[in-house]
Amino acid sequence: MRRLPTLALATMLAMGTSPAFAYKIFVSNEKGNDITVLDSENFEVVDTFDVGQRPRGIAVSPDGESLYVCTSDDDIIKEFSTDTYEFIRTLPSGPDPELLVVAPNGDRLYAANEDDNLVTVIDLETGGRLAEIPVGVEPEGMGISPDGQMIVNTSETTNMAHFIDRDSQQIVANVLVDSRPRFAQYKKDGTEVWVSAEIGGTVSVINAETKEIKQKITFEIPGIRSEAIQPVGVRITQDDSKAYVALGPANRVAVIDANTYEVLDYLLVGQRVWQLAFSPDGEYLFTTNGISNDISIVDVSEDEVIKSVQVGQQPWGVAVTPE
Amino acid sequence: MLVLKSAGRALGMLAFGLALSTSLQAPASAQQSTDTAAATSQESQVQTVKIGFLRTYERTLALSVLDIPPEDIGLAGANVAINDNNTTGSFMGQKFTLDTVTLAPGDDVEAPARKMLADGVHYIVTDLSPEDTVVVADLADAEGALVFNAGATDDRLRNDDCRANMLHTAPSRAMLTDGLAQYLMWKQWREWALIAGQHEDDQLFAEALKRSAKKFGAQIVAEKTFEDRGGARATDSGQALVQRQIPVFLQDLPEHDVVVVADENEVFGTYVPWRTWVPRPVAGTAGLVPGSWHPASEQWGGAQIQNRFEDASGRRMESKDMQVWTAIRVIGEAASRTQSTDPEQIDAFIKGEDFAVAAFKGQRLTFRDWNWQLRQPVLLGTENSVVTASPQEGFLHQVSELDTLGYDRPESTCSFEE
Repeated sequence: MRRLPTLALATMLAMGTSPAFAYKIFVSNEKGNDITVLDSENFEVVDTFDVGQRPRGIAVSPDGESLYVCTSDDDIIKEFSTDTYEFIRTLPSGPDPELLVVAPNGDRLYAANEDDNLVTVIDLETGGRLAEIPVGVEPEGMGISPDGQMIVNTSETTNMAHFIDRDSQQIVANVLVDSRPRFAQYKKDGTEVWVSAEIGGTVSVINAETKEIKQKITFEIPGIRSEAIQPVGVRITQDDSKAYVALGPANRVAVIDANTYEVLDYLLVGQRVWQLAFSPDGEYLFTTNGISNDISIVDVSEDEVIKSVQVGQQPWGVAVTPE
Repeated sequence: MLVLKSAGRALGMLAFGLALSTSLQAPASAQQSTDTAAATSQESQVQTVKIGFLRTYERTLALSVLDIPPEDIGLAGANVAINDNNTTGSFMGQKFTLDTVTLAPGDDVEAPARKMLADGVHYIVTDLSPEDTVVVADLADAEGALVFNAGATDDRLRNDDCRANMLHTAPSRAMLTDGLAQYLMWKQWREWALIAGQHEDDQLFAEALKRSAKKFGAQIVAEKTFEDRGGARATDSGQALVQRQIPVFLQDLPEHDVVVVADENEVFGTYVPWRTWVPRPVAGTAGLVPGSWHPASEQWGGAQIQNRFEDASGRRMESKDMQVWTAIRVIGEAASRTQSTDPEQIDAFIKGEDFAVAAFKGQRLTFRDWNWQLRQPVLLGTENSVVTASPQEGFLHQVSELDTLGYDRPESTCSFEE
């Protein structure tokens, strides 16, 4: 269990050193009902394909072959080939799936069903439903520990992070966080879970072992009223040194020192920045900007926005193939 | 099918409640390390918060049958809120009960209010006339209890007739008309022709419109009163008659950008759009209507509350449902934040600086400490869609842009000391 993250890290480092390797960036367009595909060479749009009604949460399988898309208004999760964009199969998500997370070993998928107060566990081998776990009102964010043993779901109206054990499929802890928790992100070393609260305007850093909130990160941007600072997507660098938090209608991404929890910078991106994803080598961060219909590309070492690319209508989620 | 499903869920929740009781310590110690006694007692037993809902309902006629309030207006919001509170409560060892009393308008409100208070209800949510709301608040005050006004929009309840134990989740008329006025000004529709009904509520709405016009720089170029001559709301040849009468009634208005209507009693307002003498948009209680919510609102996560509301009640969520839902959620939110069912702790938290609640309006909602009005955006909608939400861009405020809606602190005539 312990070995897995180290192994993953080693692979990442190995990949980072190889000079030119290509990957794909997938962006779900909530209003456009399609997925925009960008290449890694020039960050140009190379393809767009239809996926169904209101695509939001998306994820790529660890082997890089499948793209999972929550088509919220179709009440299903769809699987597509990341190579040909062909539709492969439908997964039984339950109504209105919004966010999902795939187990690090690729055997299971966990989805939040906002309408039913459930987390659905799907066996990716058979495509069948393994379990439905009742959680708080309006489950949304889904995080998973690097070893795949703990799943964290956030419930937006109950305002909790629910820790679910993979084996027993039971909740083992509930941590009260601030209003409308949207996203849960583990550190790569598995010691902390970062949970954003959209309406509360904070990020809670939870000790993964004791389940205690060890730090609450707040944001302040001159000239922006505090109600408009709404943390949503959270990503932490491979080496756990820096964290990035999308601040929604504040149109900025916060850069945070992941050791001291100090906010280092606010990067101006597009309008209503929602979700984030790193490139596999960790060099770039991609942000979806729902109202300006584009993605911003951040150079992670410099913390600078280097480019923005128009995608489809109301970009929501972003996922990147591992290679 | 439905029964089975919910029974299964309830069982599941029960199982969780048991499984979770030990892990609950984590948040308890994180949030409130001093109060270990409360945390341990939570583990052993479920604690209950009793909420009362006192409302009047009478099937009233409207000009359109589509506008007749459903019998469970407000109540359906209460039921969804209690369920939401109890789902959260199942993780906290807290239970919320709802005791609803429905009266006919004019019935005595004192006896049922007294009974609720005697039964140990500390929170009474009301959907009553302004007079009865104050009566209940004063009875509650004698017992140290709180009232959440989720029905009456009267500004006087936020000003001269305010009470220290009366909180408002319903927006006031001034908030509604300010929200509308901001949008009309944003559109640069500055010249308004005001048509008001003759009933007291209509006149109060008209007063609010006039105040908003002055506040934001619009001009009321003409005012007319539409008399209520009684008679049936709908008759067989009604349409033809209305088609001829309304334009003639509006024929003598001077040049104007928009017709604003104040007809809470549904005597003529619905007839105004599409029947004006000159082609002009209509807003107010008809046409573009301000409200705390809209059955079509799906933004800011609203789709989720709409879906579970529709599953539970078989219809879409109306403003009054949202106002009652919010009142009960405020209590639930405070109970989970304080990890307590002790009214003293809950009340102090609700009235404290750190209180905020999420209600699908894109930002946190807080209470104004000068009159206990909940700050909230105002949605402007037509019969079938949301057009916009106020405050509009550019209407700035030194404290909160939401305070551009309604009576701000310096204008308030509310005084809690007496």
